[in-house]
Amino acid sequence: MAKEHYTHERLDEQVVFHVHGVTKTYQMGEVQVHALRGVDLDLYRGEFTVLLGASGSGKSTLLNILGGLDTPSEGHVLYGERDLTRASEAELTEYRRYHVGFVFQFYNLIPSLTARENVAVVTEISRAPMQPEEALQLVGLAERMDHFPAQLSGGEQQRVAIARAIAKKPDVLLCDEPTGALDSATGIVVLEALQRVNEELGTSTVVITHNAAIAQMANRVIHLADGKISEVHTNKTRLQPAQLSW
Amino acid sequence: MRAIDKKLWRELWNMRMQALAIAMVIVSGVSIYIMSLSTLDSLYETRGNYYRNNHFAQVFASLKRAPLSLVKRIAEIPGVNKIETRVVAYVNLDVQGFADPVSGHLLSLPDNSHGLLNQVYMRNGRLFEPGRDNEILLSEEFANAHNLQTGDKIRATINGRRKTLTIVGIALSPEYIYQIAPGAMFPDYLRYGVLWMARKPLASAYDMDGAFNDVTLTLSQGSNAQDVIDRLDDILKAYGGTGAIARKDQLSNRFLSEELKQQQTIATVFPVIFFAVAAFLLNVVISRLISLEREQIAGLKAFGYSNLAVGIHYTKLVLMIVAIGIVGGIAAGVWMGQGMSNIYMKLYSFPYMIYVLKPGVIVSASAISVVVAILGTLYAVRNAARLPPAQALRPEPPAIYHATLIERMGLQRWFSQPTRMILRHIERRPFKSLLTTLGISMACGIMMIGGFQEGAIDTMVDVQYGMSQREDLMAIYTEPTSMRSLYSLRNLHGVEHAEGFRVVPARLEFQHRDYRTSVHGIETDGELMRLLDEDLNVIRLPERGVILTDYLAEILHIKPGDSLTIEVLEGHRVTVQVVVAGTTKQYLGVNAYMRRDALNRLLKEGNAISGALLRVDEGHRREVYAELKEMPRIAGVVDQKSAIQAFYDTLAETVLFFTFISTLLGATISFGVVYNSMRIALSERNRELASLRVLGFSRGEVAYILLGELALLTIIAIPVGLLIGYGLCAYLAFRFDTDLYRIPLVLGINVYAFAALVVIMSALVSAIMIWRNLAHLDMVAVLKSKE
Ligand SMILES: Nc1ncnc2c1ncn2[C@@H]1O[C@H](COP(=O)(O)OP(=O)(O)OP(=O)(O)O)[C@@H](O)[C@H]1O
Ligand SMILES: [Mg+2]
Repeated sequence: MAKEHYTHERLDEQVVFHVHGVTKTYQMGEVQVHALRGVDLDLYRGEFTVLLGASGSGKSTLLNILGGLDTPSEGHVLYGERDLTRASEAELTEYRRYHVGFVFQFYNLIPSLTARENVAVVTEISRAPMQPEEALQLVGLAERMDHFPAQLSGGEQQRVAIARAIAKKPDVLLCDEPTGALDSATGIVVLEALQRVNEELGTSTVVITHNAAIAQMANRVIHLADGKISEVHTNKTRLQPAQLSW
Repeated sequence: MRAIDKKLWRELWNMRMQALAIAMVIVSGVSIYIMSLSTLDSLYETRGNYYRNNHFAQVFASLKRAPLSLVKRIAEIPGVNKIETRVVAYVNLDVQGFADPVSGHLLSLPDNSHGLLNQVYMRNGRLFEPGRDNEILLSEEFANAHNLQTGDKIRATINGRRKTLTIVGIALSPEYIYQIAPGAMFPDYLRYGVLWMARKPLASAYDMDGAFNDVTLTLSQGSNAQDVIDRLDDILKAYGGTGAIARKDQLSNRFLSEELKQQQTIATVFPVIFFAVAAFLLNVVISRLISLEREQIAGLKAFGYSNLAVGIHYTKLVLMIVAIGIVGGIAAGVWMGQGMSNIYMKLYSFPYMIYVLKPGVIVSASAISVVVAILGTLYAVRNAARLPPAQALRPEPPAIYHATLIERMGLQRWFSQPTRMILRHIERRPFKSLLTTLGISMACGIMMIGGFQEGAIDTMVDVQYGMSQREDLMAIYTEPTSMRSLYSLRNLHGVEHAEGFRVVPARLEFQHRDYRTSVHGIETDGELMRLLDEDLNVIRLPERGVILTDYLAEILHIKPGDSLTIEVLEGHRVTVQVVVAGTTKQYLGVNAYMRRDALNRLLKEGNAISGALLRVDEGHRREVYAELKEMPRIAGVVDQKSAIQAFYDTLAETVLFFTFISTLLGATISFGVVYNSMRIALSERNRELASLRVLGFSRGEVAYILLGELALLTIIAIPVGLLIGYGLCAYLAFRFDTDLYRIPLVLGINVYAFAALVVIMSALVSAIMIWRNLAHLDMVAVLKSKE
């Protein structure tokens, strides 16, 4: 099957990520796990993208590669002019520090630090970040800033993780199931925060979700299946988070 | 404070008990290092200072009698700087209210001066006033032992005449830092003292006007002591010289030097063990911490913390623990060092102790701790830094377990499920289990050292004075005397047995090696002086030939059957060849022995003896002492057993201090290792154990799985530790071997039992602490959280 190259309609816009022929193979003892089997994709500045796909389809793998956390087995990923697949360890660190905001599937908060301090860990090493308090406010956690992760519910922890990601005002925001543990009302608060950052700062945003409803607020929806892009869908009209429900 | 640093502090606080346990091990290493090195520096500094200030001589010689005019010839020896001649006498003393025989050395001091060389250090009182012939200075230890003060009087038998002497001052001398009677091995301040007297009265009492019987020298820079000694011996030969010695062979100085060498060994052996254990513990604890935090680490890296930043983060944690250890170690080390220096000051006779804590010692202790800690954790920290973030974001895969060897052998039906869990866990981490076992073993081994020292001294004394030299008293004649004098001793009421002995100073030579000691002529079937073989059986003296102390044979590299050259340093100074007939086991001193009559023949003299060994009926001891004091021929009486007792009393404090410290340190290690291993096991298996609790296991059953493993390792560690302890003691015994004494490697069952007991106790304490932690096992958290 010939490879299709999925591109955006609005070709005048600047390409942020240029993904070309990316595969990722994990060696698990005797067996090889093909997490990605050739992905070609362009993402544009300011675009809000949703990644959909079954469990194990390679979403997190792709996101990690975009964020410079992992390197593909084959293929190239360009961030602007910069080839992430050829970048050194130090360049990747610098890239993550100043350009990327992450929200992890498993939050990865530091249990020995309060919500505020968890955000501060990131803001302290970035250029021109928000105040940690401001970021926590955005996700509706102003009241619980001095709580430790163990004293927060799963959803609250997830919101701290989001505050931590947006606080540095990143150029790209990569979120792995940011609303997985949230009820719809809180989920909407969080999505509004993401959208606000996306719109006000022009942050290119990629959101992984299992929740098809969220796809309605995206510019584009990319479906992954079995390590490949199976479908790309552009929303003619985007819904506001408040209009979503699940 | 930066948030990331707050994380560090909070984590340190969370693991405070573990951190403290590790810090304690570092404290132990640092403190013992600082203690030994600062004690060593202090002793060197004090000794050097004392020697310098008081002009301690570099060459010492004694002789029979020479005119003062001889000084001119001595001065002509190239390399001689200053010369001081003295009159020295060995005298019997009589202290009011003390019945035992007391002897002392009476040294002349030039008029109204501290002396030219070996100057006395005045503790209090004054020097002699001209014309007052009965004034003396008394050595401080002796004065203290008898509670004598200036103004008090003591009596002395000076050349057969009783004299009452007035103490006008209390003094010390660099020549007698280690103060022992001739022929004795242990200091006994009650029964031996040093006295100084004006030269004139002393010389006239001994018919030494215008003459001397002792000379000490200092050397000019760069001159060779041996050359000077050879020339001096040549000159003094005609005047009854018994061979000059260099400072390094001077008895007091030699004992001190040996002691310093031992400190050096302690300063190296112990810290090595502690630092190794500390490195191991840090490694275990930090590795565990890092594996617990792998997802946090991944997060930090995802946010742009560099590998270096992550590495530094964990290194800081290590350094914080080390810093606690260093600070505590320095404080403890200084305290222990001062304690140790003070003990030395008491054990030896120093006028003062300059406690020296060189910055270099502190710097090196700190540097070693830091380097060791970093080396110990380098691997774990590097792994943390290098952890690929994407991979670390995923939870660590479940550990892979295998059926254990025992199970593969089909023995599993003998074990319950929990026991199988224990065995599998040990087998899964063989290296870590091994190191844990080794750590506990080390602790066990260290604790044997205190007991070993105590037992070794007991054995040394038992063999030397219980089996070999069995006399109650040794009477030393002023000069060789006919055998017939023994009759008058045997006739004393209370003397059960008397044996004569002849002893002469001699230089023994074999091939290119030589050694200065004395040749003892003893009775063939003597009851009081017996030689023992390797198995401590009595050796019968052969008709001809000499028997050497086993250690002397080693020094000279001589075997039975070889021909030894003996150069007698007395009388006609004959040189003869004698066959070595065998060796004898001795822990104290090194000597050559032969039949008394054979020695008399060799010396071309009649049946002469230098002194007598006496067995005395306990009930008549006092009377015998009193009678002996009246005998003009007897220069001094040595009561070896009382000396030993006195020595034990002095030593008891040192040994106690040392046993206390080594036990404390050993307990620190074993607690540190056991507690940390348990905590880590608990943290690694938290989830597993909590799940078991959820499934209905009792706290005891769960504890069994956790503590059973450590109990098993501890049980394995104890025998290994006892072996290690044996090895450690053997090493120390070997390192401490000198010609002054050899430490026998005897370890009583109590030594083993004590070490094992302390290990078990500290394991129990850790177990109790863990038991309390198990009560807080969070069952809800297990059900709630992912993994
Ligand atoms: N480090 C790894 N080692 C081995 N296999 C891996 C590793 N990371 C991912 N995989 C495998 O690669 C495939 C894709 O994983 P990925 O995490 O990208 O899936 P996903 O789409 O994010 O799934 P989910 O929705 O469950 O999070 C899976 O089969 C997974 O088991
Ligand atoms: Mg995923």
